Amino acid sequence: MDEKELKRIRIAKRIAQEFPDGAIVNLGIGMPTLVADCLPPGKSILLHSENGFIGLGPAPQKGNEDKDIVNAGGKPVSIVQGGCFFDSAMSFSIIRGGHLDYTVLGALEVDEEGNLANYMIPGKMVPGMGGAMDLVAGAKNVVIAMEHTNKNGAPKILKKCSLPLTAKGEVDLIVTELAFIRVTKKGLVLEEIAEDTTVEEVVKNTQAKLTIAGNLRKF
Amino acid sequence: MKPIKKASEIIEQVKNGSSIMMGGFMVCGHPFTLAEELLKKNVKDLTLISNDAGFPDKGIGKLIVNGQVKHLIASHIGLNPVAGQKMNSGEMKIDLVPQGTLAERIRAKGAGLGGFLTPTGANTEVEKGKKKFEINGKDYILEEPLGADFAFIKATIADKNGNCFIAKSAKNFNLVMAMAADYVVAEAEEIVEAGELDPDKVTVPGVFVSSLVKAEINEKGF
Repeated sequence: MDEKELKRIRIAKRIAQEFPDGAIVNLGIGMPTLVADCLPPGKSILLHSENGFIGLGPAPQKGNEDKDIVNAGGKPVSIVQGGCFFDSAMSFSIIRGGHLDYTVLGALEVDEEGNLANYMIPGKMVPGMGGAMDLVAGAKNVVIAMEHTNKNGAPKILKKCSLPLTAKGEVDLIVTELAFIRVTKKGLVLEEIAEDTTVEEVVKNTQAKLTIAGNLRKF
Repeated sequence: MKPIKKASEIIEQVKNGSSIMMGGFMVCGHPFTLAEELLKKNVKDLTLISNDAGFPDKGIGKLIVNGQVKHLIASHIGLNPVAGQKMNSGEMKIDLVPQGTLAERIRAKGAGLGGFLTPTGANTEVEKGKKKFEINGKDYILEEPLGADFAFIKATIADKNGNCFIAKSAKNFNLVMAMAADYVVAEAEEIVEAGELDPDKVTVPGVFVSSLVKAEINEKGF
């Protein structure tokens, strides 16, 4: 497994520990999807798929796919026992109405005020926001899963987002391969750092101001 | 009793410039038979309302590739690169709408509402040109209803009164779209006599449906 993949799995594992028993969670496409493979045994956590069900299960074996059970990327998946299907208006009532405990999404930029930019780069990437804006506006807890810096090594955790926002002030947690950061009314609090990094390293790679928690832990 | 028609008869009613809602989510629960007939007849200048732009080689995606769509209203076009190219070149106008807002705008039309207030998109580019309200300290924007000349939905089973059962995650936009268009066609994998569909298993009440078409193409999105 290459270094990048190990980083991604570390992020996914840390996020998976956050969910309490019984949580309903929506995982975005990409790195957030890895969280599904890291859910702790013994906890009952149900995944919400915004195209219309709660109880998202793994992809079936080839040949056993059901054309009517797909995930939000259109890929064949399954539904677990105790799951349920519904239509799009109901799915987004669940999301906007605050009935979803967690949403985990990737980010292009996130800032000190909990603002998130993750759906477009003007002139370059304009795929549409899909369900991201509703998820971020409605979920009780918004968790960002991302690499700490972009592919050029520049910080993605900024004083102020420069790209068009997906939502203002909705992010609650930011988890990267280096750090576990909570967004509070007083700004960003560094609560945990990865076992192979230092506070200095995290601060150097973060543009936003970080308050270091008194009981800083390692993960 | 709702008339059972051929897909070709339905598409004869569609004019250049018509607006059509098409159910489906990444072509799961998508009316492929009606989409194929639209392609065959090469109806032009369509306004299509759909969750997404599908894939370039399937259903609605083929209509976009074939240049039949003047205006697309969708939440996501990322898996059909041709849609993005046509948007950038100005050949096709695309309105990108948050998915929940799209579903609710369509539902609002079908439910006789003048719009609704949503927090989704407040304080982002989505709020441009819209009225904004603060209620109990939270920002909301006014979103207006969205209807169309036609809705083409996909049903698993339809009875001859137009009641439809839609299986599993194929429900997606099909229910709200059935509520929101002047003429609604349910493309059904199976058509049964009235009374053969359990009233408790009805996803779309027949009251919304104008006519039925037997699905001849039941493609998969994968």
